[in-house]
Amino acid sequence: MATKSQDVETLVKKEYAHGFVTEIDADTVAPGLNEDVIRLISHKKNEPEWLLEWRLKAYRHWLTMEEPKWAHVHYNPIDFQEISYYSAPKSTNDAPKSLDEVDPKLLETYEKLGIPLHEQKMLAGVAVDAVFDSVSVATTFKKKLAEAGVIFCPFSEAVQEHPELVKKYLGSVVPAADNFYAALNSAVFTDGSFCYIPKNTRCPMELSTYFRINASKTGQFERTLIVADEGSHVSYLEGCTAPMRDENQLHAAVVELIALDNATIKYSTVQNWYPGDENGKGGIYNFVTKRGDCRGVNSHISWTQVETGSAITWKYPSCLLKGDNSVGEFYSVAVTNNYQQADTGTKMIHLGKNTRSTIISKGISAGHGQNAYRGLVKISKNAANARNYTQCDSLLMGDRCGAHTFPYIEARNASAQVEHEATTSKIGDDQLFYCMQRGIAEEDAVHMIVNGFCKEVFKELPMEFAVEAQKLLSVTLEGAVG
Amino acid sequence: MNSTVIKHYVDQFQHLQKELISDQLQAHRQSAIELLQETGFPTMRQENWKYTDVRPITGKLFNTTTVDPEKISTETFDNLRLHELDCHELVFINGRYSAGHSILKALPEGVVIKDLASALKDHPQLIAEHLSGFSAAEHNGFSALNTAFIRDGALICLPPNAVIEKPINLLYLSGLNDQPFASHPRNLIILSENSQVTVIESYIGLNDSDYFTNTVTEVCMKQNAHLQHYKIQQESMQAYHIGSLKITQAKDSQVESHSISLGGALVRNDIHSLLEAEGAGIRMNGLYMATGKQHVDNHTRVDHMRPHTSSHEIYRGVLNDHARGVFNGKVVVHKDAQKTDAVQSNANLLLSDNAEVDTKPELEIYADDVKCAHGATVGQLDQDMLFYLRSRSIDENTAKSLLTFAFADEVIRRINLDPIRKRLEYQVIGRLPEADLIREFAA
Repeated sequence: MATKSQDVETLVKKEYAHGFVTEIDADTVAPGLNEDVIRLISHKKNEPEWLLEWRLKAYRHWLTMEEPKWAHVHYNPIDFQEISYYSAPKSTNDAPKSLDEVDPKLLETYEKLGIPLHEQKMLAGVAVDAVFDSVSVATTFKKKLAEAGVIFCPFSEAVQEHPELVKKYLGSVVPAADNFYAALNSAVFTDGSFCYIPKNTRCPMELSTYFRINASKTGQFERTLIVADEGSHVSYLEGCTAPMRDENQLHAAVVELIALDNATIKYSTVQNWYPGDENGKGGIYNFVTKRGDCRGVNSHISWTQVETGSAITWKYPSCLLKGDNSVGEFYSVAVTNNYQQADTGTKMIHLGKNTRSTIISKGISAGHGQNAYRGLVKISKNAANARNYTQCDSLLMGDRCGAHTFPYIEARNASAQVEHEATTSKIGDDQLFYCMQRGIAEEDAVHMIVNGFCKEVFKELPMEFAVEAQKLLSVTLEGAVG
Repeated sequence: MNSTVIKHYVDQFQHLQKELISDQLQAHRQSAIELLQETGFPTMRQENWKYTDVRPITGKLFNTTTVDPEKISTETFDNLRLHELDCHELVFINGRYSAGHSILKALPEGVVIKDLASALKDHPQLIAEHLSGFSAAEHNGFSALNTAFIRDGALICLPPNAVIEKPINLLYLSGLNDQPFASHPRNLIILSENSQVTVIESYIGLNDSDYFTNTVTEVCMKQNAHLQHYKIQQESMQAYHIGSLKITQAKDSQVESHSISLGGALVRNDIHSLLEAEGAGIRMNGLYMATGKQHVDNHTRVDHMRPHTSSHEIYRGVLNDHARGVFNGKVVVHKDAQKTDAVQSNANLLLSDNAEVDTKPELEIYADDVKCAHGATVGQLDQDMLFYLRSRSIDENTAKSLLTFAFADEVIRRINLDPIRKRLEYQVIGRLPEADLIREFAA
């Protein structure tokens, strides 16, 4: 316990540890958005004609859409013409074939971030496809994955090398015109990750990427597509850190998961974008569309997220349970401190027979933070014997924060069973007293109680992530306990 | 889109204005009709009306009407009155007060129980004062329509420390008209310090006629006032019913609300309580049973504005055939409302594959030292319980009816006015197969 709290203190004193900017010549397009910018992005990426057309179609539709206003968040309007939509580190023009060829400055950045490019063997089991701003720089463990037949590469590479797969699955879960930010992403996405697990293959290692916003005023529009073919299994980790910035930066990613018959996808996120300072200045706008499609029978998609960063988090990782007997899961811990706002939750759309879903959401609000759970459980007419269990708990720390719950339940089948339960509480004086009376310092006691509160979600995370998540939590909540 | 229907009501309004020209509430009516013209009727694009399409109502042109009270036989009346209950009874037929049928017993001094039309003559100031409690933002098209046509309803006003032991039954009977018609009853209940009363609003359809009841009840509760409020909605199966109950509660005032919805083709009930001072509390019990193509929507909202306020809510729904049930319960705990205690639960029983339930229990909390919980469930009859009954040689239909009744009775049994509870139990069982057998069991 004692060492833990020391860790926390050192971390706190560091302020925002990942707040540094690496100065690298970035090949950045002037701010603004029009069809020419999209053509330019597409051209720079050397994309086929159909993809450009797809982007332009998305853009034209985006122009007709209005920014959604229904979420329980408040922020200054975004000027989409002020954002630069393309930024690539210059030195990647002749793509590096090994680490030696990578710009040493980039390597330095990764070292600061703790991405283990040098220590790959030690950390065996984690392959990293590091995204530095918009272009992937280095890819590791490719060989081992290739032996298993797994394709794991930057999105732009997948477009070149596996166009048939990309064409088949891109936009099949989140259509280009799905919502305002998904349409924007479809028009201007620059890179991301692509992953394909062939039939009856268990991916030999956990896949992970680190996203990082670097060049100033560059919105990041990542696109992730994961396809798990029949009988396959994959676990994918995503973690984010971002440098300290004063201006708000937009992050509008799209993640699509497709699970065919008997396939399993486990997608874990630790999100720690810059949340703004204690007065609510700056911070990332994180408006993400994540959706998984349980297309095959007995397929299984599980979302786990730990959201501690971003000034505004607005995301609903969802599952379309199309295949009979498919399973959707959502485990979430969302923390808001200072002036952070989060509106997050999930959608479980039950379409197939005997489909099951579980939702466990834990919201922690401190300072002036506003935390909302918004979820939809929909049982369609044909989803016989569908089953859902939802639990969302909120923990309040401080009398100026807010916790909100907006669960929607739509049931159209008489054999469906849906349960929703929510509670709101604060850390009880009696709980604190109990711990302190046994010689545990107040801060450690709070730490213990918060970790206990989140345990159900943390245990779903892969090991390394679980440790990181606990640390993040203590850092984020520092100063919230008085 | 609904400009035709709005024009229709504006025309009606101008016609009515000539009749009521000298009355104190003219300004209220005028601003309400202007508001209606401005906002129109709610659509499904509005979050509060997401699951309820009101076009069946706004697509029809309802007229105002009167019916000769003599047309209703004494026999019919005898069946509708609550004989077992010694109560004051105000009777309204198609929205208009019928003095001949009403029964008012001796009242303590200072207590006013009157139909609104005559109260407007005797206590214009009192009414004008309390009606203005509605702000423009809270109005929807229907409550604006109601205000524009304020004419009849009931005024119940209790002076400090008055306790009325006999319940007051407001009996709204509708039907017996060839043309589709609308009525806009408005009730006003003012409870001064330490006063207590029980009010029953019954809406009953006389036959299968096509009509629209658009009712608003406002309650103003002073310190330590106590109200038991019942709303029993048994409109005809062709009828439309939109009703709202708005309560403002001062320190230590307590409300117990029971809302039972059994009839109507398209029904919407709104309850909104503002707990404005410490110690105020509300209990809300609700039951909706729908069958055929009925659509029943219940919206409740409680605002906890000050510390130490409490709300407890239990709503249950039984949906059969093609019926659709909607529930939306919102609890808002404002910034300084520490020590709030709010519990909310909504349970739904889906008995048919064509029935639908959309439920949304919401919590919005801006204070930290609170105890708030809510739950919602959708399910069917427990297979184990069914098996248990079947294994004791009870046939399937009876077993199902028995369990369904037990589910609904969870709400009804909370009613502490015996005659009403018994009558409701009788009626609820009457809607189930093998009713006679169940009555035997349940008795």
